Amino acid sequence: MIPFDGRTISWQEHDGAIELSLHRRPCNEIGSETLAELESFAEVMRISGGNAHALIVHSEIPAGFCAGADLRELYRRTCQQPVRSGSGVAEVRDFLVRIHAVFNAIDDAPLVTVAAVHGVAFGGGFEFALTADLIVADRTARFAFPELRLGLIPGFGGIPRLKRDLGNGIVRDMLFTGRSINATKAQTAGLVSQVVAEGEALRVARALVSQVGKFDLNTVRAAKKFIKAVPQAELLREIEIFCKLFESPAVAAGLRQFVESDSPLPYLP
Amino acid sequence: MRTLAQTTDEILTLAAQQFKVARETLSPNDDFFKTLGIDSLQALSLLTRLENHFHVELPDYELQGVSDFCTLAGRIQARL
Repeated sequence: MIPFDGRTISWQEHDGAIELSLHRRPCNEIGSETLAELESFAEVMRISGGNAHALIVHSEIPAGFCAGADLRELYRRTCQQPVRSGSGVAEVRDFLVRIHAVFNAIDDAPLVTVAAVHGVAFGGGFEFALTADLIVADRTARFAFPELRLGLIPGFGGIPRLKRDLGNGIVRDMLFTGRSINATKAQTAGLVSQVVAEGEALRVARALVSQVGKFDLNTVRAAKKFIKAVPQAELLREIEIFCKLFESPAVAAGLRQFVESDSPLPYLP
Repeated sequence: MRTLAQTTDEILTLAAQQFKVARETLSPNDDFFKTLGIDSLQALSLLTRLENHFHVELPDYELQGVSDFCTLAGRIQARL
């Protein structure tokens, strides 16, 4: 795989594993530019990722793994018009379909995927981490779905994947309260496979995939295919619910409040 | 069992360490956003450090409107 160093992400191979780095400030918010580069990554992984046995996704940004969708861009492109029309929903739907395609490709990739998480993994960032087979989190990591405060549900595949992986208690708690949980709680819930010291997630993820690399790749692929199905029907349903909710005036109001907020805690519900 | 004063003191020490300010510049009634000059993401990192230190779980909705160290200590104390 040819290395790439883009404006929001970069990738390279390291000891037989692909490493996808997120590096858009302030905290890897996913907007159209990140989406386009992620689509390129998914395509390159499909065409030339066949020799790699693993993928590690991590962030080079100190604040965290990923703070989710770029809400300022979303507001600017869909709500900041004199009269909001149906075109905003169409644009949102197009974005969701595209990000779902990327996340499904990573979720279903024929290699072992690991998210090395530190700091914030909120909203779409949490959903990104959930595409991975395993999450290694350092002690600074926090996970949350704050979408309900905007009048929305998570839209990048979060609920179906969280339901696939965890029990109802934690899924409903996180969804309905929007609260964030730390790495220890996430490990107790079964979300995180390893909790490590601050700054150690990438190193531990590399050691993990090095171990995976000792095994026959076809056997690993068969095992993954056996235990991890992409919840396609629920993912499609999620897009429909999200788009329906997005038509509500409450969403535009919520986005405006977020964008214009001078609250010291805009990320918290 | 820690007293509220002990919990507050530990919070002040941890905050001073994390944000590299002198411990003696922090007081229990300070607004930690203003005194430490931190944003929401940094506040979350402090919350994580406090949860790890005190071995408690602090739902962020319980911290809405909390901006001084003393009240924060009370919230933690209630879960020790």
